[in-house]
Parts: sequence; C-alpha cells; structure tokens
Amino acid sequence: MLCRVAESLFWMSRYLERAENQARFIDVTSQIALGYRGSELDLWSSLLHAGGDVEDFKKSYSAPTQENVIRYLLFDPQNLNSVVNCLAAARENARAVRENLTTPMWEAVNRFYLRVRSAASESNRVIRQPHSFLEQIKRMSNQVMGVSRATWSRGEAWHFSCLGYDIERADKTSRILDVKYFILLPDPTHVGSQVDVVQWAALLESTSALQMYRREYGRIEPSNVVEFLILNKRFPRSMRFCVREAESSIRAISGTPLHSFSNPAEQLVAQLNAKLNFARAADVIGNGLHQFVDDFQSQLNGIGAGVAESFFQVDMSARRSMQSQSSML
Amino acid sequence: MPEIAGNFDELLTSEGAPRHPALSGGLASLSPEALAERQRHAEEELLEKGITFAVYGHTDGNEKVWPFDVVPRPVGLAEWHTIEAGLKQRIRALNLFLDDVYGPGRIMKDGIVPESLVKTAKTYRPECAGFRPPGGVWTHVVGTDLVRNHDGTIYVLEDNLRCPSGVSYVLENREIMKRVLPEVFYGSIVASIEDYPERLLETLLKTAPQHVTSPTAVVLTPGVCNSAYFEHSFLAQQMGVELVHGSDLFVDEEDMVWMKTTRGPQRVDVIYRRIDDDFIDPEVFRADSMLGVRGLMRAYRAGNVTLANAPGTGVADDKAVYQYVPAIIRYYLSEDAILQNVPTYLCSVESDCDYVLGHLHELVVKPTNESGGYGILMGPQASRKEREACADAIRKDPRNYIAQPMLTLSTVPTVINQTLSPRHVDLRPFILYGEDLWVLPGGLTRVALKEGSMIVNSSQGGGSKDTWVLLQH
Repeated sequence: MLCRVAESLFWMSRYLERAENQARFIDVTSQIALGYRGSELDLWSSLLHAGGDVEDFKKSYSAPTQENVIRYLLFDPQNLNSVVNCLAAARENARAVRENLTTPMWEAVNRFYLRVRSAASESNRVIRQPHSFLEQIKRMSNQVMGVSRATWSRGEAWHFSCLGYDIERADKTSRILDVKYFILLPDPTHVGSQVDVVQWAALLESTSALQMYRREYGRIEPSNVVEFLILNKRFPRSMRFCVREAESSIRAISGTPLHSFSNPAEQLVAQLNAKLNFARAADVIGNGLHQFVDDFQSQLNGIGAGVAESFFQVDMSARRSMQSQSSML
Repeated sequence: MPEIAGNFDELLTSEGAPRHPALSGGLASLSPEALAERQRHAEEELLEKGITFAVYGHTDGNEKVWPFDVVPRPVGLAEWHTIEAGLKQRIRALNLFLDDVYGPGRIMKDGIVPESLVKTAKTYRPECAGFRPPGGVWTHVVGTDLVRNHDGTIYVLEDNLRCPSGVSYVLENREIMKRVLPEVFYGSIVASIEDYPERLLETLLKTAPQHVTSPTAVVLTPGVCNSAYFEHSFLAQQMGVELVHGSDLFVDEEDMVWMKTTRGPQRVDVIYRRIDDDFIDPEVFRADSMLGVRGLMRAYRAGNVTLANAPGTGVADDKAVYQYVPAIIRYYLSEDAILQNVPTYLCSVESDCDYVLGHLHELVVKPTNESGGYGILMGPQASRKEREACADAIRKDPRNYIAQPMLTLSTVPTVINQTLSPRHVDLRPFILYGEDLWVLPGGLTRVALKEGSMIVNSSQGGGSKDTWVLLQH
C-alpha cells in the first residue's frame, strides 16, 4: 500500500472517531446539566480540559457557558477539532484515497459529512436542541464502522484504519477519565467515601461503558471505574484494550511475530501494552492517576510518531536494495 | 415542447414523430412531470454519492455536483456502426501519423502535411523523436468530440488524443439511469457499457513493456484539486489499481519506476497518466512542475515503463493539423474518411487568415492548442470589442488560431424548470487502443443548459446525459 494512502486512512479514521467522541461527551454533559446543582461553567469547562482546548477556547469566547462550549466543539471553524472540521478532514482524507475504500464506505462518509455541513448552516437551532443531531453523529459514525466491517477486506487498508480508531479511542478515554476523576475525587484518600453516583455513571456513559461496567461490577465504585476504563481486557474503549488492538494491527501490517519487533512503532506499542498488562488499579490510584494518564498519553504520542516513521515516511533507498536482493534469490 | 426552427432533434422528427420507435414503449410513456420527479431523484443521488467535478476559479468550494439530465440521447444502431467504423479508421491513421512524425517523417517529405506546421505545434515534442512505444500504440485512450449539424450530418469536432476526460461520468450516468428509470431498461434495448473498466485495464496491461510477465499498472493523477479527480479515483477503483500522485513515485539510477509503499518500493510497469506532457517530468519538460516524476522520461525511453497515452500525441490533435486528417487517412490507409471534418480555415495560411478576419461575425475561432472550451470566440454572439481583441490575437500569432463556420448542434429534450425544452448537445465516444481498437458503445453526451447556447463544456455550465446506442429499431 502507498505510504500516502496508509497515512490518509489512518487519519480518516482518527477524525471520524474524534467527531463521535465529541458528540458523546457533549451529549452526556448536557444530560447531566439538567438538574445539576453545581456550576454550569465548571461542568462545561471540564470538556474543554478533556480536549486540551482551554487556551484555544479563551481566544474567542468569554465564558465556558453551555452554548459557547457546544458551539466551539461542534461548529467553530477556528477549532481544528470541532465536529465540522473533523468531518471535513475525514472526508478530505477519504476523498484522497477513495479508490481504496468500498463504495458503501465512501458514501457513508460523504453522507456523514453532508449531514454535519447542513447542521452547521443552522447552527443556532442545533445548539439550542443538540440531542437529535448528536444522536445522528453517533449513528452515522456507527454506520461507517458497520459498512467497513461488512464490506472491507482485512488487508493493510483495514489495519491502518483500525490503528487510527484505536489510538484515537485510547487517547479520548484517557483524557475524559483524567479530567472527571480530578473533579470527582481530587484527593485519592477520599476513595471509599460517599460518591456522586450520577457523575460517575455519566463518566462511564460518556465512554459508552455504563452498561458493560454494570454487568462486570454491579455497583459504582471509583476504583472499579478506574480499573474498568484503564485495564479491562474485554471492553473496546478501555485503554488496555485499545493498545492491545493497536499492537495487533501494527503486527498485522508488518508481519512481525509477537515478542519481537522490527520497527519503532512495534517496539513502543509493545512496551505500552506490557505496562498495561502488568498494572493494578490500586497502584495506579495510589501513585497518582493523573501522572499515570500523563505518561500514557506521551507514550501514545510516541507510538503515533513511530507509526509515521515506520510506515508513512519510509526510507526507500535502504529498502529497495533489500527487495532487489530478495527478488534475485 | 417548444421547437427550434430548422433544428435537428435527436428524439423527434421535424413533424414531432418519434425518431426511434423502440423508445416509445418505456421512455415516451412518461409525462414531463414524472421525468422532472425522476430528475430530482437523480440529483439527490449524485450529491450523496459525491460525484463531483472541480471548477477552477469557483470560490464557493471548488467541488460541484456533476450536472446530469435524465432524458437520454439515443443513437440508432445503423448510424452507430458508421460512427464506430469512422472512429476506428481515424484513430488507426492518427497513430500511424504519430509513428511517422516521430520516426521517418515520410508524410512530411511527401508533402502531404507541411513539416513547418507539425514542428511549430506547441504539442510537438522533439524529446519523443526516434522512440516507438510498445506495439506502436500512442493513443491508448481517445475521446473524440462529435457533433451533428442541423442538416443531419455528423462531424468530428476535435480528436482529443491526450488525456480526454468524461468516461467515468458515462458509467455513473448509466448507473443513475438504471436506478431512476428502471422500467426503460427491461428488455435490454440499450447497448451495455459496463465493461469499460475491464477493457481499459486490459488495454493497459497489453501495452506493458514486453519483458514484463505480470505487469503492475497505476493511474497517475495531479491530485484532488484537478477538475477530473473524481474520474481518476473512479477508474483506479474500478480497475483495482493504485491511484498515485507524482510524489508517490520515483525513478532510480537504473531508470526503473517505483512506487513508495509501506513495505518499501514496488515496481511500476504501466502508468495511465492523467497529467499533461508539460508537467510529467521536470527533468525534461517544465522544470517547475510539482506534479510529475523526475526521470520518468528516462525510464520511458529506456523501455522500462509504458505511459498511456504516450508523450507527444498532442501534435496529432492540434487544431490546425486537424484540417489534414482526411489526407492523413488517405495517405496511410488508402481510404476516404468515413466521418466528416468541419471545414476549417487555418490562420497560418494567408488567404484563409484574410477570410477569417473579414468574417469574424459568422465564424467560431479556436486556439489550436486549448481544451475545455477555453479561449473560444463565438463570432455571431461576440461583442464588437471581443471580436476586435480576437482579431488582434490572430494577427499576432496566426499559427495559434483556426476558424470554423458556426454549426447548429442538434438538440435533445432536457428537463428545464420542470418541463422539457430542446437543448444543444455534442457526443464524446471513448476509444481504447491496446491489441486492437475498441469503441465504447455510447459515450458522453454533453448538453448546453442555457437556451440557444452551443457551449457544452461542464467547466462552462454544461450538463450531461446518458447516451443510448439502441440495439433495436
């Protein structure tokens, strides 16, 4: 597969996943906002913290009111990660590699883009009543994933797309956990005291994890929530699950067997995977969850850079001599 | 439906009777309201499928949805056989001409086509002299423009031997038609066109360098900003080959072409390039080109890669060389041309030039080396100022201009504001040349949507129609 194509598929998937996460975070927050007794501004600014957008937001808005934050996250043309920009970027990447997608996939991405664009043209109305639009975003994102799964061969293109989804997902889960944990439980010694069940449930909901959490643990308990979102082996948005999937995508692309590595991407992803495989929730909390998430994110960035180096900016001169030698044998 | 006096309509005779009885069952039974409804469905579908083209200088986002009209343009089978034979004859002769022009140059020595005219064409490439592409095939893909005048005669308007666009829209138009007007396709009275991608792939693989046993073909595009990007991507997808940008390829010191893949370099043997000669290799042609591949001409001349179409073919579709095509056919094939040329005045010939300057108000003036309808003067509709500017341009560079009498293109009923009105059309059939010549039965019918207009180019507000070669009378 062409390096350029691989890179576009990777980013197409990241942007699609990013848009869906924005929608989910906004949806859950606006549900909590109904009947919320704390400060509206604190509640909504937590979303800006999760996206690392606080400084950028301040450039154009005075206060993080519900309306301002929703506008910023959904429709702001200046915000590179707004849903409208994510979809434009996803669609532009898809268009650049359209021949590598199946027709139903391309059409699903294009319809998704057209829907978001038409919502942006009536943004005031949508911001007042965002729920049905947010539902549509989630549904259209699921549609893209569904047709991909049903129509796309499990070749390199598929694996690069999966890699994009999983890295983005791991990043988003870790960020929302970090921010909400800090708000809900600023002091780790408070573990075990009375907890705000509604808020903890909302954190799970915003990563689509509430139902699966209930099946596994029943009652809501902060240390279990942390364990579930970071270390669960089966839940597809847990950080560990995403990293394990990312590793298997990278290995599927390069063909390198487990327990060895042939490029920086494999080395870094296997290191992070091993770390998660042998971590315990109690240690993560005891040593400071924020520090843990911080380290996790910088390792995740490292993997992203490793993927670019290993697959998108390949040194052709070195590999060509290898290939001509092997083809001569 | 309003009529245009003295006009040739492709669906109806001047008495208003259907020209093609085979169509009366399905298509003719639909009311104009029903057609307008189908038209709306078609437009929604084109938008959702993202079938677009780019317009340069269009500020509101440069992608526009492909304009499509639901009323097809029919061609009777007997007439189609004549067109098909005429196109094959013409393209066979033009390939022999290219072989000759870049080879021994007999046709110039024999005084049939003036050497000065050939060598002054901007599209003549001295870099190609002495090189013969595999199989003597220069023009793998051709999209000849045909028009019918009001007297019913079909003329060749332009030969388009370089990178003709439009075939993807032919295929997509048919897909849309099958969905919005399924009833008319029952009983298969329309020749099928769906095997074009398969034929194109075969053409490319058959013309690969001879030493390659299992060749790799790619489509080379200038990128997403190009007006025909949709087509490039569509054809690559349909053929199952990679769509590459210039920056995805490189040529090594042994003059081999490689593409940059995630597993390292991979050999490329055939390039269906949709980049003009000028931009294809900064080492040989325009040095400022960011679109091409450095060293590609070296690889090509070393016989390591096939370029489709071959560099240099533009000299045979120069609008002044066009005048000589009937003579070219006679010279190489000893046959008379089956398809007519439009009478053409070459401004490089003094007597012609005088005539043109004296009759600008009734002629169409064209630059010899432009495409897409750019730079054309429609004498009868032009303002005095435009005609004077054109006259100045001709005097400054007569070689660069030709003129032709204004033809009245035939019409096809078209959905305009919910009703049917006649609009002028042309026809671009597509011809593949690999092992042998093959003509896609149908082609792109372009329609000028503005009342009375003869300019059908999509870059200038033209629309398109499905073309039906009718298998029954």
